[in-house]
Amino acid sequence: MEYFLQQLINGLTLGSIYGLIAIGYTMVYGIIGMINFAHGDIYMIGAFICVITFTILGVVGITWVPLALLIVLIVSVMFTAAYGWAVERIAYRPLRGSFRLAPLISAIGMSIFLQNYVQIAQGARVKPLPPLIQGGVVLMESANGFAVRFSYIQMIAIAVTVILMIGLTYTITRTPLGRSQRACEQDRFMAALLGVNVDRTISLTFVMGAVLAAVAGVMVSLYYGVIDFFIGFLAGLKAFTAAVLGGIGSMPGAMLGGVIIGLIEAFWSAYFSIEYKDVAVFGILVLVLIFLPTGILGRPEVEKV
Amino acid sequence: MSASATTATSPRAGLDIPALLKDAALTAFVALILAIPLVGFETFDKSGSTSLGLRTRWGAVAIGVVAVFFGRLVMQVWRQTMLSAQPGQVPLWDRVAGSVPKVKLPFGPFLIVFAILVPILWSGNAYVIDIGITVLIYVMLGWGLNVVVGLAGLLDLGYVAFYAVGAYSYALLYHHFGLTFWECLPLAGLFAATFGVILGFPVLRLRGDYLAIVTLGFGEIIRVVLINWSDFTGGPNGIASIPRPSFFGMPFQAAAPEGKSTFASFFGLEFSPIHRVIFLYYVILALAMLTNIVTLRLRKLPIGRAWEALREDEIACRSLGINPTNTKMTAFAIGASLGGFAGAFFATRQGFISPESFTFIESAIILAIVVLGGMGSQLGVALAALALVVLPELGREFAQYRMLIFGAVMVVIMVWRPNGLLSSREPSIKLNPGKGG
Repeated sequence: MEYFLQQLINGLTLGSIYGLIAIGYTMVYGIIGMINFAHGDIYMIGAFICVITFTILGVVGITWVPLALLIVLIVSVMFTAAYGWAVERIAYRPLRGSFRLAPLISAIGMSIFLQNYVQIAQGARVKPLPPLIQGGVVLMESANGFAVRFSYIQMIAIAVTVILMIGLTYTITRTPLGRSQRACEQDRFMAALLGVNVDRTISLTFVMGAVLAAVAGVMVSLYYGVIDFFIGFLAGLKAFTAAVLGGIGSMPGAMLGGVIIGLIEAFWSAYFSIEYKDVAVFGILVLVLIFLPTGILGRPEVEKV
Repeated sequence: MSASATTATSPRAGLDIPALLKDAALTAFVALILAIPLVGFETFDKSGSTSLGLRTRWGAVAIGVVAVFFGRLVMQVWRQTMLSAQPGQVPLWDRVAGSVPKVKLPFGPFLIVFAILVPILWSGNAYVIDIGITVLIYVMLGWGLNVVVGLAGLLDLGYVAFYAVGAYSYALLYHHFGLTFWECLPLAGLFAATFGVILGFPVLRLRGDYLAIVTLGFGEIIRVVLINWSDFTGGPNGIASIPRPSFFGMPFQAAAPEGKSTFASFFGLEFSPIHRVIFLYYVILALAMLTNIVTLRLRKLPIGRAWEALREDEIACRSLGINPTNTKMTAFAIGASLGGFAGAFFATRQGFISPESFTFIESAIILAIVVLGGMGSQLGVALAALALVVLPELGREFAQYRMLIFGAVMVVIMVWRPNGLLSSREPSIKLNPGKGG
């Protein structure tokens, strides 16, 4: 029971991080119908900027953790958003309206480029981050001394995710930006005719995705304490799996998919074998797609002639 | 004509210098922002400390920003003068690409003859022939994937999995049952096709993008299993000492085993290791040509036509009585078996395989070859494979920047020519305009 509860907490933390990345995939897919393959690398860049900013703050001498954390979050979010914007501007916008595979190939090229760019600029070795937020709350302790710990960093990760989800839902449903995003999602051409600035809306969608990915990057570097230039690939793959699992194009679906993937991973590593956790994730994906071809919360797409 | 004359002003007046400078400055500013965190600061491991050291590289940032400024300026000036100089004229490369199918010059046969002559032209230069082998492996993989992506329109991001299945089939069959390369070659294709069917059966009724992600996941699953199932696959260490193929039972060795003659002794030649390289070259050339012929013939068969019809319009196909799942499955299985053949060849050529050779990046390169070459164009795929293998090879000195440039080139080519380098797709069947018009 205690072991189960501990894995539940670990899985939820991991799942909220995957969910944050998955939202970036699902928003972009919803609005322009492409798989933004470089999104995982945007997340990796967010994690790197986080580590670099922490190191700078250490040199400058700001060591009060809440302030440092706030500064790191803001800096990572800002610069990563710039990367998200630039990637869209360079690699995807010129390809809008061309055939379906072109933006995907461009995205794969971008992903390879970003990985190697970070590898060359920052070195191939793993970057350690000293544990800044230590400790946690012991929820229960079993007779044999196994304590269920809910660490502060896990709390922060889950809380930040919940806050961002509320903010995102508000943005999508209540603000003019969200309205134009939903309009572009339904019919880009019609939205343009009615005065929605489609280019700007798409750019902002990429920026929003990058912001969430940056937060996920900060959380991961704090949670695991090590990052390298290759973390974006697998995390991106799993986040995309999460987006598909939840029903691509659906934002609550992406979060739900992320949490499910996180839980599968945590429980599989705990009860079966840690080596095959990725196999389990993709296996479940295949199973879900066979029985629910549009994902859990996705709308069935009726194809018309 | 008058419309283009009014929109395009004369070439000299068309250059709005202040606007160009402003545009370039803005781009440089963005580059500055992007460069500050990742180029401007470098973290490094401090000895004897768990925390990272920090140093700044403002010089590199400045160089980058200045380069971006002038690069953008030159690009915009070039683009504007090109566009306004001859309004209405088709850009040069479009004309070149468009004329390839029209010109009656037999490019394809010419390339084949050239490929056959390569070992003779560079006889004695094992390095060139070796690169030729690599090019031909990618040509073959490109053609194999072309069946799936180009003809049937199924996006497969995990093609390397079938390549891996082919390679491991040969390696494992040799180690456990002592089968030779020639016995394993058809089996490797068969195994790969079986995997294709196993994977295809559940997922081929899904929409295109789901198929992409499932194939990508499948590629990762194969790799993870290869790494972790150490007893069977050798794990991360891979499988070594895979034998080379023989020439009708005659090995390419200096000394013959008991009761057999070597290739060199049979033909009365002096033994030279290059014989084997040349032999391997012709084997892969034959395999690639076989792939090409099979693909070209398949396109003319009902099944090939069904693939192309399915790619264009699935609903119309359904209403005409084509079973989409079965049709897609054949494309998937045939593509997979071609990948399997290439994999078996790869194993015998390297003599050593490990999961390292079958990462996602390989799938990406193969897909890039297909798309960059112009989907469905056999010649385009061959040229793209040549370009993507030889160009990085020329830039060996910049080994560190190889993949960086590779990624950038992929983006640039896609932005420049979204339909591939040679993208004039010929319809397989044309109605004869003379009859019944």
